[in-house]
Amino acid sequence: MTTHLHVASAGPSSTIQDRGRVGYQRYGVSVAGAADPLLHAAANALVGNRPDEGAVEFTLAGDSIVVEGGPVRIAVAADVGLTVDGDAVPAWTSLRLTDGQTLRIGALRSGMRGYWAVEGGFALQPVLGSVATHIRSRMGGLDGTALKTGDRLPLQLDQAADQGERRLDPSLLPARGERLRVMLGPQQDYFTQAGIEAFLEEDYTVSHEADRMGCRLDGPAIEHARGFNITSDGIPLGAVQVPGTGRPIVLLADRQTTGGYPKIACVVGPDVAALAQMRPGERLRFTAVDAAEAGRIQARHRETIGGLPALLQSAGGFALYDSGRLLGFNLIGGAVTGWD
Amino acid sequence: MSVTTAFPAPVLRTAGDSALIVELGDGIAQDLNAAVHRLDRRIAEAGVSGIVETVPTYRSILVQFDPAVTTAEPLGRSLLELAAGLTQEAAEPQLRWIVPVCFGGGHGEDLDEVARRSGLGTEEVVRLHCSADYRVYMLGFSPGFAYLGGLPEVLHQPRRENPRMVTPAGSVMQGGAQAAISPIAMPSGWHLLGRTPARTFDLRREPPFLLAPGDRIRFTAVTAAEFDRLDGLNGYLPDCETVAAPATLMQGAAA
Repeated sequence: MTTHLHVASAGPSSTIQDRGRVGYQRYGVSVAGAADPLLHAAANALVGNRPDEGAVEFTLAGDSIVVEGGPVRIAVAADVGLTVDGDAVPAWTSLRLTDGQTLRIGALRSGMRGYWAVEGGFALQPVLGSVATHIRSRMGGLDGTALKTGDRLPLQLDQAADQGERRLDPSLLPARGERLRVMLGPQQDYFTQAGIEAFLEEDYTVSHEADRMGCRLDGPAIEHARGFNITSDGIPLGAVQVPGTGRPIVLLADRQTTGGYPKIACVVGPDVAALAQMRPGERLRFTAVDAAEAGRIQARHRETIGGLPALLQSAGGFALYDSGRLLGFNLIGGAVTGWD
Repeated sequence: MSVTTAFPAPVLRTAGDSALIVELGDGIAQDLNAAVHRLDRRIAEAGVSGIVETVPTYRSILVQFDPAVTTAEPLGRSLLELAAGLTQEAAEPQLRWIVPVCFGGGHGEDLDEVARRSGLGTEEVVRLHCSADYRVYMLGFSPGFAYLGGLPEVLHQPRRENPRMVTPAGSVMQGGAQAAISPIAMPSGWHLLGRTPARTFDLRREPPFLLAPGDRIRFTAVTAAEFDRLDGLNGYLPDCETVAAPATLMQGAAA
């Protein structure tokens, strides 16, 4: 029998995501991919996967899943409560679940999105090179939609590898603040000096019109210098487009590939993920950085993701499920090797 | 007739920490757009290291790069070198798609407003759309979304100040100086004129994308009943004919 995960109860918006669909923006295909690549990679690291393996991104609350077959190794990277068959278990720790066991993921205590990954990943047919779900174009995932109650997710591995469990102390991950660093451009010349000053010096608030595609902000209107129509051009991740209302929209993972509103700035990559974790009503401010500083921020972010395996520690919790397997494992070693 | 067209010096624009925009000009013009696609091919053939993908548009190319491999400065220099000395080349024969549209009412709720703002009757707006010879300038925004040049000038109007969060699949729309056919339900700030039963994107087809840059489009008005009939066909494809490229470009091809 092939091992599956049965979705006994789907969260409000859970989608399978990887690093996204690269190379098809020229046909209008959105990149999609994890809104928060760091937490996505953390969930994968906990189960020994590569950082770009498909994992589930859930929004505000998680899913309840039942193992069919197995055993299966699962980890949740999120500030959230979990139970296995009703008993509390920790997040940020890999769990070995056997046939018939139910993992219930609760509501997020902070942030907008959490991730759960399964060792070996899901057995899904990539669409245009990726399993990332893009709901608007019904692409990727199991059937181009969010997880639904009753879905059965096929897994790559019939059985979890015979090894110790791992945990990750989330306080070791970089802190995220309310300041989002941006590089001005590509169309800052479409805004007045007063408009750029408002953008960089005033507070903005995350509105309720926010999803994986974009995040509308409330706050002072940003003044255009010469209208709000440009000849449509490409939209990079984190682009801050300003339509006629003057209120900015930051474009996220599921963004459209091209658009005709001028873009005053682009949020640097790691801070796009920080924004994707903010809830409606949260305040933020934009700070301009130059290309050199943005490059350093990107480099640190890559090092953080690359260094996740080195942050993992062995966890004792798995004794709950299979204490006999403790024998033969190095329990004092601390760091566990990762993706190599 | 000369086959070489000069463009203003290309401009590089910063587009965040891992992209650049190389802009060959502004506005919607066939020569400019053709130059964009030639530059895009040059970039692909040159195999510049660190480029992840490119997004050619009406008048510019978004060049996405891997900041672990390259940085904006050397990449920008390479792009400007490639853009130098672009020349006009032969144009190939084009496909023209005859796309049925049910205009107005529930199929195109902005038709009356577009007519009012342009000082025309709705029938006149429909007639203008159906007599225009549109050209696919780029695909973008959503899978298979075709941006069309050739909107009659009297119909040019700014986009909606506030974009709609949902517009239906198959919407035939206009925004600014452009027209478009939307393949899937999407947010949009464009004015909705009508709907077509033709799907410009369908993953069950190979290739999934119906239209290519350079294709031509002619709209033809159909009734709501005909729309329903065509919409009910499984995998309906619009009619298509081959047309010769514009005469000036044909001379270039013969040179």
